[in-house]
Amino acid sequence: MKLTDEEVRHIALLARLGISDNEVEKFRTQLSNILENFDILSQADTEGLPPTAQSIALDNIYRPDEAGPSLTVDEVMANAPEREENCFKVNAVLE
Amino acid sequence: MKDLHRLTIHESHALLKEKKISSVELTRAVLKYLESIDGKIRACMRITAEQAMVNAAAADKAIAEGRCSPLTGVPAIIKDNMCTRGVTTTCSSKMLENFVPPYNAHVIEKLNSVNAVMAGKANMDEFAMGSSTENSAFFTTRNPWNLDCVPGGSSGGSAAAVAADACIYALGSDTGGSIRQPAGFCGVVGLKPTYGRVSRFGLVAFASSLDQIGPLAKDVTDAALIMNVISGHDKRDSTTVPLEVPDYTGALKPDIKGLRVGVPREYLVEGMQPAVRKAIEDAVKKLEELGASVDWNVSLPNTRFGLAAYYILAPSEASANLARYDGVKYGYSYRETTSMWESMEKTKQYGFGAEVKRRIMLGTYALSAGYYDAYYLKAQKVRTLIRRDFDLAFEKYDVLVTPTSPTVAFKIGEKADDPVQMYLSDVCTLPINIAGVPAISIPAGFVDGLPVGMQFIGKHFGEETLLQAAYAYEQATPWHKQKPSIA
Repeated sequence: MKLTDEEVRHIALLARLGISDNEVEKFRTQLSNILENFDILSQADTEGLPPTAQSIALDNIYRPDEAGPSLTVDEVMANAPEREENCFKVNAVLE
Repeated sequence: MKDLHRLTIHESHALLKEKKISSVELTRAVLKYLESIDGKIRACMRITAEQAMVNAAAADKAIAEGRCSPLTGVPAIIKDNMCTRGVTTTCSSKMLENFVPPYNAHVIEKLNSVNAVMAGKANMDEFAMGSSTENSAFFTTRNPWNLDCVPGGSSGGSAAAVAADACIYALGSDTGGSIRQPAGFCGVVGLKPTYGRVSRFGLVAFASSLDQIGPLAKDVTDAALIMNVISGHDKRDSTTVPLEVPDYTGALKPDIKGLRVGVPREYLVEGMQPAVRKAIEDAVKKLEELGASVDWNVSLPNTRFGLAAYYILAPSEASANLARYDGVKYGYSYRETTSMWESMEKTKQYGFGAEVKRRIMLGTYALSAGYYDAYYLKAQKVRTLIRRDFDLAFEKYDVLVTPTSPTVAFKIGEKADDPVQMYLSDVCTLPINIAGVPAISIPAGFVDGLPVGMQFIGKHFGEETLLQAAYAYEQATPWHKQKPSIA
């Protein structure tokens, strides 16, 4: 499986990952190599097999919805890159 | 008495309990040695000396009041992907360089509840993605046995610190081998518990269906003592299993007569270092001598799909988990723009290193429209095949034995530019995470002056059998007593 530059840029866009022209070239080669190593999976007979999402036999877990102590607003906001009152400040979403 | 920093947990505990030493003395000795040596091995992201001395004094008070459990007052180093309230937790990433968690991980709460002492936070591969610590955004940790070699990864700082006697024990995390492979490379004991045995609350997420926290220790007894404290159900991690936690030290009997041991031939892989293979074969013969019944020709036929399945599943989960680093609520944030989207994209571009970006790209691709069935769903079905291989094997065998890694520690830089070669270093460990079973790596000899790791694999929640087999082998061999002399 050989990726094209356009595919690499498209994947980066899906991930919202900024990418330089050098990285496009580097990732195109490296990811193509890695994907080639995935071809072996076509030899695995998985006809009719269920997928395993996690390895231990736990079903949905429920617990009572009980209120307890939680972090203060200041603790939650302490790592904010930019804060305005009790809000995380970001650049305008709509331009 | 040997130098205090060289003690094991059980040796420290005996002395603390009899009040022959205090935690303040022990902690001071560990910090002094750690500070003297860390310029060479670079195991620590940060040494937390001040807080450690406060904790040590509190431990001494607890001991005076009669509360002295095995980890009380004993200094540890914690991998820097476990949240520590008020202490920077970087994940060895620029993204979290200045992140100070407002809460403790569950395992840290557990350690605090018995007055353990944290001496520092360990260097690692960025976001636990890597096998050498070369992916740390800050520096590479060195192998105490040979400073030109990698310590393994991603818990390389934790393993190197334990091997160098720069702490008494450490915690690491293991998604595809990140506890066991560095334990093997550094000649210490490393245990990856069954998925669901230890809470992941407060562990920075990499691949949530594979991640598990576990001990790195100087011997098997210490690994059991750590498991006693960190295991158990936590309502904040609903994948933890509400099973009672046994006293794991009960498994430490040097008797394995009749233990059914299987050697899966697929793990003696092509490209394996012949001397490593020889060391493992000698170790299995030793198990036979000790009374185990060994089947040398077990087959886990789907092993060959493990690497590919893992490198689809883990990056897919990572690409979802790491989407949270958008520069809004915490972490590095690129602000030199008026565009929200550009801010988000540049935050990731400058905040993440090459391997993390590579895996985000890989995972995003495997989950994207048109490829989901071919990659992600296929890998999940292969996961079923691999799990069934283990289920079948454990009907006939109590433990399986493999090398921990196909080679001993490699040179720094040797594989740094070749991701596929680097990924192969985990080929013996990652099927275990795919199946969710527990496994332990213990020292099993030396090749060219570098330690060889032997891996025991057990069935789900079979940690006691692993510890028993590992303990019996350890007590019959000299490897764990050998220490590196750091030039």
